[in-house]
Amino acid sequence: MATDLAAPETSGSTTTAGRGKRPRPPFGVSAVSIIAVLIALLSLVPLGYVVVMTAATGWETAVRLIFRERVGELLLNTLLLMVLSVPLCVVLGVGGAWLVERTTLRGHKWWAVLLAAPLAIPAFVNSYAWVSAIPSLGGLWSGVLIATLSYFPLVYIPAAATLGRLDPAIEQSAASLGLGAWRTFFRVVLPQLRIAMTGGALLVALHLLAEYGAFAMIRFDTFTTAIMVQYQSTFNGAAGNMLASVLVFFCLILLVAEVRSRGTARYARIGSGAQARALRLPLHAYQVPAQLFIAGLTALAFGLPLTFVLRWIFAGGPGIWATDEFLPALLQTLGYGLAGALATTVVAFPMAYLAVRHPSWFSKALELSNYVTSSMPGIVVGLAFVTVSIRVAPEFYQTTVLLIAAYVLLFLPRALVNIRAGLAQAPKELDEAAQALGKPPLVSFIRVTLRLTAPAAAGGAALVFLAIVNELTATLLLSPNGTRTLATEFWSKSSEIDYAGAAPYALLMILISAPMTYLLFQQSKKVAGQ
Amino acid sequence: MTDSQTSSDAPSRLPVPRIAPSVAPSTNSHLEIDAVTKNFGPQEVLRGVTLSVAKGGTTAIVGPSGSGKTTLLRLIAGFEHPGAGSISLSGATVAGDGFWVPAHKRHVGYVAQDGALFPHLTVGQNVSFGLSASRLSGGRREVAARVSELLEMVSLDPSMAKRRPHQLSGGQQQRVALARALAREPELMLLDEPFSALDAGLRVATRRAVAKVLNEAGVTTILVTHDQAEALSFADQVAVMRGGRLAQIGNPFVVYTRPADRATAEFLGDAVILDAWMEGSLATCSLGGIPVRRPPAQGRVQVMLRPEQIRIAEDGPIRGVVVDTDYFGPETTVRLKLAVPPELAAGAAPDHRFPGGGEVITIRHWNASIARPGMELCLRVVGEAVAFPMDGNGQA
Repeated sequence: MATDLAAPETSGSTTTAGRGKRPRPPFGVSAVSIIAVLIALLSLVPLGYVVVMTAATGWETAVRLIFRERVGELLLNTLLLMVLSVPLCVVLGVGGAWLVERTTLRGHKWWAVLLAAPLAIPAFVNSYAWVSAIPSLGGLWSGVLIATLSYFPLVYIPAAATLGRLDPAIEQSAASLGLGAWRTFFRVVLPQLRIAMTGGALLVALHLLAEYGAFAMIRFDTFTTAIMVQYQSTFNGAAGNMLASVLVFFCLILLVAEVRSRGTARYARIGSGAQARALRLPLHAYQVPAQLFIAGLTALAFGLPLTFVLRWIFAGGPGIWATDEFLPALLQTLGYGLAGALATTVVAFPMAYLAVRHPSWFSKALELSNYVTSSMPGIVVGLAFVTVSIRVAPEFYQTTVLLIAAYVLLFLPRALVNIRAGLAQAPKELDEAAQALGKPPLVSFIRVTLRLTAPAAAGGAALVFLAIVNELTATLLLSPNGTRTLATEFWSKSSEIDYAGAAPYALLMILISAPMTYLLFQQSKKVAGQ
Repeated sequence: MTDSQTSSDAPSRLPVPRIAPSVAPSTNSHLEIDAVTKNFGPQEVLRGVTLSVAKGGTTAIVGPSGSGKTTLLRLIAGFEHPGAGSISLSGATVAGDGFWVPAHKRHVGYVAQDGALFPHLTVGQNVSFGLSASRLSGGRREVAARVSELLEMVSLDPSMAKRRPHQLSGGQQQRVALARALAREPELMLLDEPFSALDAGLRVATRRAVAKVLNEAGVTTILVTHDQAEALSFADQVAVMRGGRLAQIGNPFVVYTRPADRATAEFLGDAVILDAWMEGSLATCSLGGIPVRRPPAQGRVQVMLRPEQIRIAEDGPIRGVVVDTDYFGPETTVRLKLAVPPELAAGAAPDHRFPGGGEVITIRHWNASIARPGMELCLRVVGEAVAFPMDGNGQA
């Protein structure tokens, strides 16, 4: 009865169906694997570079370059910065999240967004604003101040998402077992926040290791700023490479810590059924202090940078909007951002596809190689690409292609995480259902899998775009001669102490970042349950 | 069809079985599965499955989870490649022997466990998904008419076409999935546990509705389920699957009343298993002498009875003491410790010939007040028992 529906191959004589076609693996898995392997290999270039450079330097030279006073200073600076800033970020992030999500804080909906807002301000813009406010700023404590204000949202966002999702029944059970409010918080709520806290803290630590602009602006030396200085003076000296190895070593330690802290713990809600709304603790007399705390934090982390950027803009007058400099930088940035976001999404798709649809040690190894690379500071990726391209493919040196490739490696996980979540919304069964309804694999892939993954992929692409717009370090190293982005132009102006001239670029970066930050905030609420 | 005999000579007290003509040896077989194997890595999921399904028939593949039944269905649908063996549809090989017809060219309807409705499409777009660009050149209007027709066929209001899948209940989603699969008028419909996600009341109603639609359309149907009651009520051929093999194939009545081995017996429903002594066609056990139709062996055997075959009698030699009872409303299950029948205890049969006595069995009765713990009840057995040899699956 269905012969008139049949494709030409299967109509006619029934015994000729398939005509000796050899069975082959399902749609394009092998091709996808090959692409994924190539990308993974490319992603190992930065790590490989560090290893090869360290080996090439020779043991004695390496030891001499690593164990010296200057490295000790940098080590102390970097470690102190982390030891002081990370706990502060955790306290501010978790405290803010708790006030916003679990107390009767007035206007908690607005505060919830405002506490995430500092993420829209690149750390080096924050630094610039603080230096404008207090010109004498410098040294460790300034570094701690700026780092904490810039990065506490990295703890706040996952903590708030988790707190908002915690099953109140668990806390009610604790109460019924005789625990008071405080003991419930420390024994039941806080442990459930562990993944959010450690994940956020390690992300803060990685940012501290990788940040260049914010610390260079206040003349606080870390490994990254020192590597940049070495690079600018000797271009490709062994000393700089050794600093990079030490930096990479720290990043890898953090990465291992991250993986270990995740462990096999599972704090997702067990059981089905509708979940009650989170409980809110009445603040009563603490309402005013809580409001002051949140308002103060927001003012310092978001209000102050914005105010000083605007002050410079008014002080600078219309002259700072020199269109011949400003417009090209804007267009260049948007171009890099779009191209990088697109490339990253395209590259991330096969990886995510393998991980979700064909999970194996192989897909896990591929993903791991990506996360290793993403933990590499922009300066290491930049150095690696400069060196490798000069030696292996000089025609790519200082080209847009190389810069985009570096962006892809740096920001791949942002796209990967999103596309993975999207693919989880498009289970294999839907693809199969489409095929059982007569759609060839390619058609069903496009009409079902790709279609269902598209929104999440777009979200990932937006985050990559945001990251590229604010990227400074790798862009400084890799951008083709004569090209300017908002970040590099801001940097060169503010390095020349032309603070008014830098202001429009800062404002634009903030304006572009703001909606993306909001998107990130919204997204975190959705994925927290997984 | 390893077991295709009719049961016109079945005990009269048992319900008259539904014997579909399609169970007869396959002269018009629609689907032939021949010695199919499938491995996932080192794990053997299917170890040589041979099955024939008649045109228009309804077959249920039933087995515990992990028995390979879903894999078999996916092989038929074309989502997996068999390791060895072949599958043919209406005489054309679709997999094996160097042939491979991909899923989208097999014209096989498939309804997944959760319906697998496309979340980004409306109900109407879901139903018409397989229609576009193939037959209905009459444009949108004809597609819409066909969608309405299909929705009505599965007892859904055509106005639902505008809704999104998440706005439907589980039962409605399954019906839409069925309508979507029916849209292309497949001759073979594969149902992968389509009712298991529904709650009990909805499950029966949806199952009935689906069976009716498929019967009326004359579609050959294969249902995979782990629910033996569903398999027995839905299908006219039941294939019991265990450990990657088909343990028994036959009509529901036959596999339930005359299971091929003890594991099948226990999987398909509650079973009373007793040690017995077989002489001729009479098995002697704690419930007395019970006729066995085709004794597999003489001497020591195990016999299997269904609880509903054991009745409470006014009087008689076979007795048991009530251990405890469970009240379920319409019926009460009674656990009884069997006594040794007096004629056996008196030495009517030598001890070594009678292995039984003292077993605890479970029976059912409608009247809850008939049994209280400690009471002694008289019992009688209705119908025949099935005997399993001791050395085979019958070994306890």
